[in-house]
Amino acid sequence: MPVGDYSIFSVMKEALRGHTGWGPAWRDAEPKPAYDIVIIGGGGHGLATAYYLAKEYKAARIAVVEKGWIGGGNVGRNTTIVRSNYMLPGNIPFYELSMKLWEGLEQDINYNAMVSQRGVLNLYHSDGQRDAFARRGNSMRLHGVDCELLDADAVRKMVPFLDFENARFPVHGGLLQRRGGTVRHDAVAWGYARAADRHGVDIIQNCEVTAFRFENDHVVGIETSRGYIGAGKVGISVAGNSSRVAAMAGMKLPIESHVLQAFVTESIKPFIDGVVTFGAGHFYISQSDKGGLVFGGDLDGYNSYAQRGNMPVVEDVCEGGMALMPRIGRVRLLRSWGRHHGYVDGRQPVHRSHPHQGSLFQWRVVLRRLQGDASGGHVFRASDCTR
Amino acid sequence: MRINCPCCGERGIDEFSYYGDATVTRPDLTSPTAMAEFVAYAFERANIPGPHRELWYHAAGCHLWLVVTRNIATHEILSVESARDVALARNANAKGSA
Amino acid sequence: MTGQINRLPSGGIIDRSRGVRFTFDGIVYDGHPGDTLASALLANGVTLTGRSFKYHRPRGILSAGSEEPSALVELRTGARREANTKATMAEVFDGLESTSQNRWPSLRLDLMSVNSLLSPIFVAGFYYKTFMWPAALWEKLYEPAIRRAAGLGRASQSADPDTYEKATAFCDVLVIGGGPAGLTAALNAGRSGARVIVADENFALGGRAIDDAAEIDGKPAAQWVAAAEGELAAMKNVRIMRRTTVFGTYDGGTYGGVERVSDHLATPPAGIPRQRLWHFIAKRSVLAAGATERPIVFGNNDRPGVMLAGAVRTYINRFGVKPGQRAVVFANNDYAASTVTTLKRAGVEVAALVDSRNAPSSYVSGIVGAADVRLISGAVITTVNGGHKIKSVNVRTADGRSIKLDCDLVAMSGGWNPNIQLSTHVGGKPVWDDVICSFVPGTLPPGMVVAGAASGALGLKDALDGGAASGASAAGATGHKPAGISVPSAVNESVAISPLWRVDGCTGKSLVDMQNDVASSDIELSNREGFRSVEHLKRYTTLGMATDQGRTANVNALAIMAELTQKSIPQTGMTLARPPYSPVAIGALAGHHRGKEFKPSRRPPSYTWTKENGGKFNETGLWLRPSLYPKSGESDWLDTVKREVNTVRSSVGICDVSTLGKIDIQGADAALFLDRVYMNGMKTLAVGRCRYGGMMREDGILMDDGTVARLAENHYFLTTTTANAVKASQHLELCHQWLWPELDVQMISATEQWAQYAVAGPNSRALLQKIVDPEFDITDKGFPYLQVGGITVCGGIKARLFRLSFSGERAFEIGVPARYGDSLLRRLVEAGKEFGACVYGTESLGVMRIEKGHISGPELNGTSTARDVGLGGMVSTKKDFIGRVLGDRPGIADPDRPALVGLRPVDRTARLRSGSHFLSRDAKPTAENDEGYMTSVCYSPTVGHWIALGFLKRGPQRMGEIIRAYDPVRGGDTLVEVVSPCFVDAEGEKVRG
Repeated sequence: MPVGDYSIFSVMKEALRGHTGWGPAWRDAEPKPAYDIVIIGGGGHGLATAYYLAKEYKAARIAVVEKGWIGGGNVGRNTTIVRSNYMLPGNIPFYELSMKLWEGLEQDINYNAMVSQRGVLNLYHSDGQRDAFARRGNSMRLHGVDCELLDADAVRKMVPFLDFENARFPVHGGLLQRRGGTVRHDAVAWGYARAADRHGVDIIQNCEVTAFRFENDHVVGIETSRGYIGAGKVGISVAGNSSRVAAMAGMKLPIESHVLQAFVTESIKPFIDGVVTFGAGHFYISQSDKGGLVFGGDLDGYNSYAQRGNMPVVEDVCEGGMALMPRIGRVRLLRSWGRHHGYVDGRQPVHRSHPHQGSLFQWRVVLRRLQGDASGGHVFRASDCTR
Repeated sequence: MRINCPCCGERGIDEFSYYGDATVTRPDLTSPTAMAEFVAYAFERANIPGPHRELWYHAAGCHLWLVVTRNIATHEILSVESARDVALARNANAKGSA
Repeated sequence: MTGQINRLPSGGIIDRSRGVRFTFDGIVYDGHPGDTLASALLANGVTLTGRSFKYHRPRGILSAGSEEPSALVELRTGARREANTKATMAEVFDGLESTSQNRWPSLRLDLMSVNSLLSPIFVAGFYYKTFMWPAALWEKLYEPAIRRAAGLGRASQSADPDTYEKATAFCDVLVIGGGPAGLTAALNAGRSGARVIVADENFALGGRAIDDAAEIDGKPAAQWVAAAEGELAAMKNVRIMRRTTVFGTYDGGTYGGVERVSDHLATPPAGIPRQRLWHFIAKRSVLAAGATERPIVFGNNDRPGVMLAGAVRTYINRFGVKPGQRAVVFANNDYAASTVTTLKRAGVEVAALVDSRNAPSSYVSGIVGAADVRLISGAVITTVNGGHKIKSVNVRTADGRSIKLDCDLVAMSGGWNPNIQLSTHVGGKPVWDDVICSFVPGTLPPGMVVAGAASGALGLKDALDGGAASGASAAGATGHKPAGISVPSAVNESVAISPLWRVDGCTGKSLVDMQNDVASSDIELSNREGFRSVEHLKRYTTLGMATDQGRTANVNALAIMAELTQKSIPQTGMTLARPPYSPVAIGALAGHHRGKEFKPSRRPPSYTWTKENGGKFNETGLWLRPSLYPKSGESDWLDTVKREVNTVRSSVGICDVSTLGKIDIQGADAALFLDRVYMNGMKTLAVGRCRYGGMMREDGILMDDGTVARLAENHYFLTTTTANAVKASQHLELCHQWLWPELDVQMISATEQWAQYAVAGPNSRALLQKIVDPEFDITDKGFPYLQVGGITVCGGIKARLFRLSFSGERAFEIGVPARYGDSLLRRLVEAGKEFGACVYGTESLGVMRIEKGHISGPELNGTSTARDVGLGGMVSTKKDFIGRVLGDRPGIADPDRPALVGLRPVDRTARLRSGSHFLSRDAKPTAENDEGYMTSVCYSPTVGHWIALGFLKRGPQRMGEIIRAYDPVRGGDTLVEVVSPCFVDAEGEKVRG
């Protein structure tokens, strides 16, 4: 059996010889002089893009260049939630495409990313919030996406340990997407990397882009810390670094980079099943398969590239947690981290085309959400290469 | 982070609220390219790591708007000025160069 | 009960005069105040304390501090049960109950240890490669099984009964750690007069000086520590904080700390919190957090009875407990050799000192010679034999022979890792130090200096010296000049080391991360599969992600990966530490913000009267606004609303509108200023008149609406919506201070200064005439619609009267200083009796505004424009104002955008629901056919059926069309007719009187 295939049989076979037969999940590729397509950024979006491109355009020479290690950006620093319970036009189809891709992902890429559809429940605490959720839920249903509007009793049955008795903002109900859930975020990056690699994509780590090279207003390649790499097309998928990379191509984006902190607790026995978000404070939570409670809340609120936040938001998020589920009080926060995203006004992801001085250079800025990793890659592929 | 408010002294950031880029200036309505200028003013941002001039509001204090120069890669605060003073100087300069 | 068989007859700093009784897994044991749970268990001969995460391997006590990866217990029971509590940090108290974790059915007989047999399969990352087929089984079978097996302890299933507090403390110098370096730092900083806080995570100061029973100033360390503590306690400018972990460094000299106020007691005393969160705001800090000893990686190095050598000394010296009867000491460094002396002094037999270095230093030879202990140089332990208890170890000697040494205790030392975490939280990069073979702080956070073992100075004298110098320099930097640095005398231990990270050729698992069961072979696998970057290694194997924060694992793992990839350790990398230094209870981070105290409650002036009269409230932001005033005999809220609305429309009603934002604006340029912030003209507003106005954001989206009243030539009074009061005020300040600083304008929020009531209905004037002082003419002629003026009420109380109407009736708003708010309501109610007046809340207010087609929160939703809400005609084209240009940008000026309409059900008995989407009558329910949505609905008592407002594509051009209101989430699908948004008195006659 080729070492590439992952299955219980290959694992058992390897167990008998001390797992000495496994090879690298992806090759640590050296840059070649030129590619048809170069994707800048080895995060979830970049790797997914490379994978779907390579799968569809088998002859294309494709590379992903990453300044550090793959999966080190937002895909490695999030709260692992996947969902398509959005409201505004354009968002639902995008994230729903992603949901559908998540649902068959593991078999497609032969990597268990632990896509776990245990449900995403957004709580509401007033009639106005209920109606806004109804609007959102109806919008999802019009898009063919599953969604239920629960009343307080139904919520109580699902998550009886919320503070129903003494809450400052009592729970009136919730919007539930049962197909929403979580994934093992790092595995998404690794799985796509491995699958892309198996389709011939070169994944080049520790390779920082320093400039673009243009000829007649067309991009022809990139300068990197590991030398010049020619490129027929270049995709940018660098999340919070979008402005920085786009600036090298002379573009100013409608983006600010912000820090969003996330938290995980010590590992405990099963405590909460699906994802719950608080509607009257900044707090959402799930529990990983390893047992840690994974939670987050609001942005720190100021521009930052530092990948870390400050105490006021840590406290704000924990306050939301205690207000919603006061049995969480003695569970200990183990780690906190921050990631920097791009945000645009209105805080919606940006997917747009931008002619570079009339050239055919195309870029996509795909930012913010793990939920969109699969579809971001897919959409990028569809729009860039089917023209 | 702590911001040294010129009116109140040094306070924690939980007293302040953040607004954004202080380097953009509101364009003139009568400019022939007003729409493009307003789009750039409202949306486009340099957003690169390093010192960043930005507006903060002392919401839980004196209600002064501040221009804070802060390294957004390190969070180090390099200077804090009253936004009104900065704006007056900006206007004076604009007049001088006109 | 076997008694404290391992308690030494004397020594330690426990209180032998008193006993405490506690339980572990239901068995009762005795200990002394001053014991940790770990020391007390060891005193009682208990070495098996838990099971490991994945393989359920038996585990004991490895360390004596917060780095403990193995001895985790469930502490307390019921609602106070705390999972994963480190036995090495928990202080024993009388009645303490503790339970082992992650085993079934019992700790000794753990059937889950079958996992250990499957360990060849359960290697790092195996789950990424399997459980994929068939796909349906993942959520049904595989994942639930994994979730049940995962996790360590069980968290409480009940609300936390204890309370928490938050506090802030300012100081010149924060000293982190109260060991030898911390104490000399605090003494020298304190003597200079600087304000000093010295915090230590432990319940006693002294650190390793006590643990090693060192000598300072020629006295036992405990005596010197007590004297130092006494001196510090006597200084008014010094605060000593025991049981306080500084867990995070944040920007701007802010440090997070958690004080475990009552964790050493059975329950917190009344009025005392369990824990207190501290924000330390320090001009300077001295990081004197000590160092953590490294395990050595060899076969079965996780067995109960394998301990860190420093911990063995701690248990003997500090707690008077011998952790075993016959020990083998295994080390790669000089420092650990003193363990031999300590063990011998405690009466523990020492089988040998196994030193991995070929040539023993004279320091080591001297120690073993004096203790008469066998030294085996150039040798390593390959394997520990025994399960729940150690029986022996296999030692491979320098010439390759294997010998077996009987023992029940292994004291190991692979060297020391400085506790540098707090120096890296804000981005400081550590550097590799070849002398101590570990990372030491490199670039430091602004204002921080490092002293003692945390800086890599492991010797006692160096720690004392470094602490003193750091304390003095830190104080000096804050303007406090010490008289001179004073340092006690001490001798440095030898800390010479030759690295040994892992022993090759072992049998049995060689653990690197003991809690997460990451073995040396997992790192090899990680390397083989290309997960070589330190972040990949960590994430792929889960190494370093356990509750010890990787303190016992990370450097060993890096060294092993470096060896495998033939790189140096610093080339291999270093994962940056992130807060917290050790895990912090979420309750502490939340403080008192839970339950009703989660957020402050803002009470409007009518709050007390409403309470007294059985009114209901709803939460509107932080406000508790009266929503309904049910009367007996009314069967539901709708009955109440019908009565209230009918009363207003037929007679008069009173409503508290104080929560609307109010902003007072004055100045010579006030008119010009308002003209620039409102989309409609304000300059032309006459003195004594009010006008409705809308404010946009610069991007052309409607931001807020409200009224502007011109009280005098240069004096305006604005209202905003309740929700946007703060935002609008901040926005106006920005416009003034930043955009147009040259304008002569001053403003202040007056929301809380004025109590304001709407008095609405045909009889509103009649009612008010009984309140308003008679010299004021409030007739329709003397005080017409949109008039405003200063008046007095109730015999001379200053008030303001506005002729405004949200209900569409003849109506007034009357404002008085907030302190009169309660009594004004009472007077209005009294005066209203003859008219049958009612007091009404937000429900009826909402009904009447929907009947009139006035927009509110659901329409002002952050995506709507003036045109969308039907106010396009108000937008001025004659002036610049915020939002003027971008309000015309293509996307939002699209005439196809959904715009405001009214809707009524074709079947007049049908109920409408907000959030329904609009579809053309015969359209299929698909996203392409979505034409808008319903924003506000109510049952209108005035027209006698449900009515609604909504945004419909090209709505204003579709009057009379029948469309579908589609609401699948609530099972609704109702035909509705598109009508004007104004359902009542479309001509606006009534409002004028």
